[in-house]
Amino acid sequence: MLSQKVAQQSLRRLAVQQPYAMRWTLMNAASPAAVAMGRNVQMIQTRFAATNTKTSDPTKILAEQRLRRPVAPHLTIYRPQITWLMSGLNRITGLMLSGPLYLFATAYLAAPLFGWHLESASLAAAFAALPLAAQLSFKTFFALPFTYHSFNGLRHLMWDAGRGITNKQVIQTGWAVVGVSVVSALWLAFL
Amino acid sequence: MASLRTTSRLLASSRSLFRPATFARSYATVESGSEPAPQIKKFQVYRWNPDAPSEKPKMQTYELDLKKTGPMMLDALIRIKNEIDPTLTFRRSCREGICGSCAMNIDGVNTLACLCRIPTDTTKESRIYPLPHTYVVKDLVPDLTQFYKQYKSIKPYLQRDTKTEDGLENRQSPEDRKKLDGLYECILCACCSTSCPSYWWNSEEYLGPAILLQSYRWLADSRDQKTAERKHAIDNSMSVYRCHTILNCTRTCPKGLNPARAISEIKKMMAAH
Repeated sequence: MLSQKVAQQSLRRLAVQQPYAMRWTLMNAASPAAVAMGRNVQMIQTRFAATNTKTSDPTKILAEQRLRRPVAPHLTIYRPQITWLMSGLNRITGLMLSGPLYLFATAYLAAPLFGWHLESASLAAAFAALPLAAQLSFKTFFALPFTYHSFNGLRHLMWDAGRGITNKQVIQTGWAVVGVSVVSALWLAFL
Repeated sequence: MASLRTTSRLLASSRSLFRPATFARSYATVESGSEPAPQIKKFQVYRWNPDAPSEKPKMQTYELDLKKTGPMMLDALIRIKNEIDPTLTFRRSCREGICGSCAMNIDGVNTLACLCRIPTDTTKESRIYPLPHTYVVKDLVPDLTQFYKQYKSIKPYLQRDTKTEDGLENRQSPEDRKKLDGLYECILCACCSTSCPSYWWNSEEYLGPAILLQSYRWLADSRDQKTAERKHAIDNSMSVYRCHTILNCTRTCPKGLNPARAISEIKKMMAAH
């Protein structure tokens, strides 16, 4: 009875100090095959050795590797496809439209303070003074993001309603948006 | 099943009987007197070794004779490993597109190597990378721990409070069962999730197309009784709404499924909620 208690206590101490060794001893001791083959005696003898050797923690190797793992290449190696290119363009054109709007609106607000002339009449006069090529390219520069973002927005609304989400439809509507927005942007530029 | 198999075997053999001999594929191991002209193709494969972590990942070029290689990318990789470089590491198991182990980025598109034919154009080299924006364990093996954790987080199993009337089966009408078509076929290869730029930048919190398809598979299941809880669990700004309908997922799915539509259905369900 007393010896049993001593053994139990030493096992508990082992479990606290060396949880890994504990798992191994339990696993081996509980193996019916080991008992059947008479290896349980040997197990008791080697248990103490097992608590002292093997201190390297296998989970540590994994943790160290995880710190050093590289991230696989992504944007630079992915094939250019109409899906993600048009999505990226949608965001860029949105920035191209909203950025200048915020800049101009802020400048317009601050204009009286600094004595800038940003009234419609003076802007129109300044624009008329530009050469024709500059006028056209300036208008296209703002017209194309506007038409593209608008028509692609319709596509996004359609998707949010759960329509037109098949590979074929996405490619077809994508090229349609590209065509329509280029044509309508040029029309706006020559207006 | 056994009878079915024999008939299919009979069919297959009779078909090859009628097929002209010129169409019969010559296998790599068959030795023939007149060797066909070699068709050398270059394969550029991403390499990184965890035992030399300070070395940068590099592309290694291998050359194979396509006349002696099977038709699929996986055949090429296995041949490289067997005959040229045994250190090349990749996952593979079923070689028929049902296990999802050999998912990788081939020629810029995520797909299963076993379902991807080797382009016969030998002037162009094929480039093989691990799944994009994943942590690399070694060479073409990505760390999918986060992916599986996210899958676990959506509780991908039937949840019910009440027992069925007969206490035996959870019955479902053919119409309700049909709603699961195109969802249950997903093999969780992670091709779609790792093709999604939004998942590249937000994989910590955004669930990604594959997991959302699975999420919808349980939301759409008429036998599941925790629909409200499932919806509540993903009702935040990150889990679903980082999907910006880029649609790379549907474009790349090697099984021809449509994760983008599943996400769209989830968004509709959440809006009606």
